[in-house]
Amino acid sequence: MSKIASEPRKTPLFDLHVELGGKMVDFAGWMMPVNYAAGVAAEHKQVREKAALFDVSHMGQVVLRGDDIAAKLETLCPSSFGKLPVGKSRYTFFTNPAGGIMDDLIVTNAHDHFVLVVNASMREQDVAHLRTLDLEVIEVDRSLIAIQGPASEAIVSSVAPAAADLKFMEAGLFDLLGAECRIARLGYTGEDGYEISLPNERAVEITRKFLEHPDLEPAGLGARDSLRLEAGLCLYGNDIDNDTSPVEANLVWAMQKARRENGGFPGAERILNELANGPQRRLVGIKPEGRAPARRGVEVADSDGNIIGSITSGGFGPTYGGPVSMGYVATEHAAEGTAVNLLIRGKSMPATVIKLPFVAQNYKR
Amino acid sequence: MATYYSEEHEWLLVDGDTATLGITKHAAEALGEVVFVELKEAGDTFDKDDEIGVVESVKAASELYAPLAGEVLEANTPLEDNPGSVNEDPEGNAWFYKIKLDDVAELEALMDENAYKAFIA
Repeated sequence: MSKIASEPRKTPLFDLHVELGGKMVDFAGWMMPVNYAAGVAAEHKQVREKAALFDVSHMGQVVLRGDDIAAKLETLCPSSFGKLPVGKSRYTFFTNPAGGIMDDLIVTNAHDHFVLVVNASMREQDVAHLRTLDLEVIEVDRSLIAIQGPASEAIVSSVAPAAADLKFMEAGLFDLLGAECRIARLGYTGEDGYEISLPNERAVEITRKFLEHPDLEPAGLGARDSLRLEAGLCLYGNDIDNDTSPVEANLVWAMQKARRENGGFPGAERILNELANGPQRRLVGIKPEGRAPARRGVEVADSDGNIIGSITSGGFGPTYGGPVSMGYVATEHAAEGTAVNLLIRGKSMPATVIKLPFVAQNYKR
Repeated sequence: MATYYSEEHEWLLVDGDTATLGITKHAAEALGEVVFVELKEAGDTFDKDDEIGVVESVKAASELYAPLAGEVLEANTPLEDNPGSVNEDPEGNAWFYKIKLDDVAELEALMDENAYKAFIA
């Protein structure tokens, strides 16, 4: 289905969000809850301390079928999929011929097919891109929820006991109240958690069942953003885009050795050159010394006042207890501990380059 | 003493040619959890619509604009260390400034409580 109307779309959980007090906003063409009555900071802390449930049904779920899926996908992404075991998920990205990032995504080997989850705003672009491959590309119309936080295992396994056995970046099919659901142990908050793909017609019932658990509360996009920012996770369109390379964005860990050595993906020339010689700029964590948050677009200057970069994401970190930002700076200023200045509302505010993340990741490996 | 309200969701408790200024409960609720406040200093003067401070919440940054011309007599600097108090008591302890009005006639352009209630309804 392609997007025709300009009216924002609703996920199968829309009415439930409204019933739960969600403040609904248009996000990437979808009406999504930005927060509930508890507020962004409380929802954020709920994830760090217990667990919260996010509706992420606006993200694209795509199934790839055919021969040699791994090898064909490797022509679009600089990661290796040939040795990706069945039931394992991997973070990767599509690169463009200039070595920039077209989107980031999660790829899961589901035995005879692959399952991809892509960003809401990039769904159509990504599906068209995948259709250049000699594979069957199926957009899956299912709901997707994320249960995130240290209590996630207890909550999810109370409905699907075997989900407790999954480790970080593992996925499989599970029975949830009689519905076959794909569950993956991963997320976008830095905490342990799961993403669960549900049939649309059962989505409300299964979501309600999870929400009966006393340690689970609903959370919105506001908390999702502050959580991922504290965890140092990139947001496509903010921290990575068609101009930023995986080397600049410190995402080389997602490129397995054979790909770093042999190339064979779009933009390999620039990316391999940056691997060998270093990039011009790097994505770093930036900690403002004062209390003023430095948001997207704030310029970063060196101690002499020369502009050396800009903030790509920034705000207040409720768990960190202060302002947190990330952005690109010229490589010579990217070392941990470098003193920089942020130009906020015409004033120069001191800040320090830090090693991401701001809040340690807490995955179940 | 009378209380006036601006369309920028500020309240002014006026006593002669001085006033206490803050943001309304409605504004504090709309902002969400306030995490940062930046204030002018005593002695700073301002014209109507000048930016006289910054309030940032977990959601966004908002500027505070002067509802009329005047001078800062006192800034409530403890707010800068405890921005969350803006959510707790916006129309009481979490006032922003005590100010001296340049021209009390400028108050006529502001709203009384009933008008403000209708404005936000």
